[in-house]
Amino acid sequence: MNDMRLLERDVDAKDIKIAARKVQVYYADTHAIKDVDVDIEDKTVTAFIGPSGCGKSTFLRCLNRMNDTIDICRVEGDIRIDGEDIYDAKVDPVQLRAKVGMVFQKPNPFPKSIYDNIAYGPRIHGLARSKADLDDIVEKSLRRGAIWDEVKDRLHAPGTGLSGGQQQRLCIARAVATEPEVLLMDEPCSALDPIATSQVEELIDELRQEFSVVIVTHSMQQAARVSQKTAFFHLGNLVEYGETGQIFTTPQDPRTESYITGRIG
Amino acid sequence: MSDMSMDSAAPRRSSKSLHEVDARTRRRNAAETRFKACGIGAIAIGLFFLVVLVVAIFRSGLPAFTQTVLDVEFALTQEQYEDAESQLFKTKAYSQAFNGALKTQLDESGVTLPFDEASIERIAGKVGGTIREYFRANEDQLGQPTSFQLAASSRVDGYMTGRVTRDGFQDSRFLTLADLDLVDALEDAGIIRTQFNWNFITGADSGVDNPGGAGIGASVVGSFFMMLVVLFLSLPIGVAASIYLEEFAPRNRFTDLIEVNISNLAAVPSIVFGILGLAVFIQFMHLPQSAPVVGGLVLTLMTLPTIIISTRASLNAVPPSIRDAALGLGASRMQSVFHHVLPLAMPGILTGTIIGLAQALGETAPLLLIGMVGFVARGYPDSFIDGFVEPNSAMPAQIYTWAARADAAFYDKAWGGIIILLMFLLTMNIIAIILRRRFERRW
Repeated sequence: MNDMRLLERDVDAKDIKIAARKVQVYYADTHAIKDVDVDIEDKTVTAFIGPSGCGKSTFLRCLNRMNDTIDICRVEGDIRIDGEDIYDAKVDPVQLRAKVGMVFQKPNPFPKSIYDNIAYGPRIHGLARSKADLDDIVEKSLRRGAIWDEVKDRLHAPGTGLSGGQQQRLCIARAVATEPEVLLMDEPCSALDPIATSQVEELIDELRQEFSVVIVTHSMQQAARVSQKTAFFHLGNLVEYGETGQIFTTPQDPRTESYITGRIG
Repeated sequence: MSDMSMDSAAPRRSSKSLHEVDARTRRRNAAETRFKACGIGAIAIGLFFLVVLVVAIFRSGLPAFTQTVLDVEFALTQEQYEDAESQLFKTKAYSQAFNGALKTQLDESGVTLPFDEASIERIAGKVGGTIREYFRANEDQLGQPTSFQLAASSRVDGYMTGRVTRDGFQDSRFLTLADLDLVDALEDAGIIRTQFNWNFITGADSGVDNPGGAGIGASVVGSFFMMLVVLFLSLPIGVAASIYLEEFAPRNRFTDLIEVNISNLAAVPSIVFGILGLAVFIQFMHLPQSAPVVGGLVLTLMTLPTIIISTRASLNAVPPSIRDAALGLGASRMQSVFHHVLPLAMPGILTGTIIGLAQALGETAPLLLIGMVGFVARGYPDSFIDGFVEPNSAMPAQIYTWAARADAAFYDKAWGGIIILLMFLLTMNIIAIILRRRFERRW
């Protein structure tokens, strides 16, 4: 088993961060995700697009096992991060989520200070050895979240007092503060105005240097702008997956074409 | 309702001036005005009853805070003491000595009214006993002029406060018209006067024949220890149960059943908890009877459903996005609950707790069943631990006992007890509000 994993790494660890095979998700009796196979590359932005209810968010939440919190949800199939099955009985979802960070649709800062929002993750994972260490992490994360200049003078003001766009960047900064390897973003810009959206998009492009980013979006323009790879979901199926340029210019599947030309969805 | 119905004659909106109010709008506005008037009416009725309640409580309760005393300065010589102690009816000898002193005092102020031992006994009770007790305990005070404040009987007290009047007064073995003349004379001489009754606040219950000496202090202490038990049991148990049910427990038929039963328990009459406490805590577990710890346990059972229901509601009201945020950062479920959800739910939990405690504080029926009746409250506990296990009463049970007694003076005491009970409740609420503020300040 170990040998095989090593072998796999040699071949594709450089490229493939997450490998999903035959993933099925059920909500009680509803079959929400059917037979999804996808390979998500490292240091790449992968966009999941598709009409509402197509299962893209559900699939995203499988990648850090956030679906575990929903009682009626059942996941089958095989999802591997760096070759390790994340649904293995030995995996503690808490450790997994430290490795796979998540940013949600609605900005959800904790009702605490900006500083405490960022410091929370490093604190519970013991990433900082001293107060100065923690200060460094907070500053670095806020810089990575492209919000440092706006909040550096009021780190102890409540995070909930920021504007929507600032809150979302704070949440992104909070997610990167725990040094994840993968960052999942569930429609991070749907509650933001165009200016805040473009700031977050720029940020995503920068984050690509260090993380593998998976973003769910309703906006095809956004997918086209920020991602290198795009996956199109429809009715729980992964219809098409490929280079973003190729998906948007020469889609192979008629359903993808209908969607990106605005005929379905 | 009526403005919902379609007007068939005018299927299309006609364009009219905005400066004229059309019939539909007028009806809608009228309905709104009527509704507002109803609301104001409801609040006015509520306020009216509140005012009536407060006025009634204070009018009837304030006399309990005053007492009528006979203030007599009196010296007993060593010979008198020895003489009295050598007699067969010792207290009678003391009474005689006292009456002598009283007569001198009255003569000095120019009052010449005949009085005898019997009338003094009717006015101030058996003074001999009180005096004997005092000097036997303080023999070094013999020969020294000592000032005695003797509580007047409840009828004299009523006469002073206006409860008993001369109109239609009939002589009885408790008080005669001649006694009233004597009381008036004593009042003119400054011997009888009304003063603030500290004993009512600090004292313990008295016998049925001595309403003047009755105090609520001991039962306040009983209530206090009971509330300690209730608080320290029901808050942690209730909050832990709610956290488990709300955040960890799987949703299945078993937890549904528990949920339904918790709601049902909140509606169970308190006397049922009382008899349960009697059966389980006293008859089965052999905990001491009439002890505040048992009362606290019974009231804990009663308070738990209230706390659990309100805690679950306030946990439920915390936006799920906060839990997602914490879990998404790799916090464990427990960390997400204790670091983020619980602090946000704290104000709601405190509100539920204070409602539960207030209910428990006013509960009478279960206490009567486990023996915490008023007359048990005969003194303060000697130590902190005794406060839990020594027989005591609680405020509502004490008030109930007073209200059930024959002597009309206890009626005042019952109302006065209500005032103390409400003040205790007010203090608890103020503490809760301060705590709430402190938690809420964290935005």
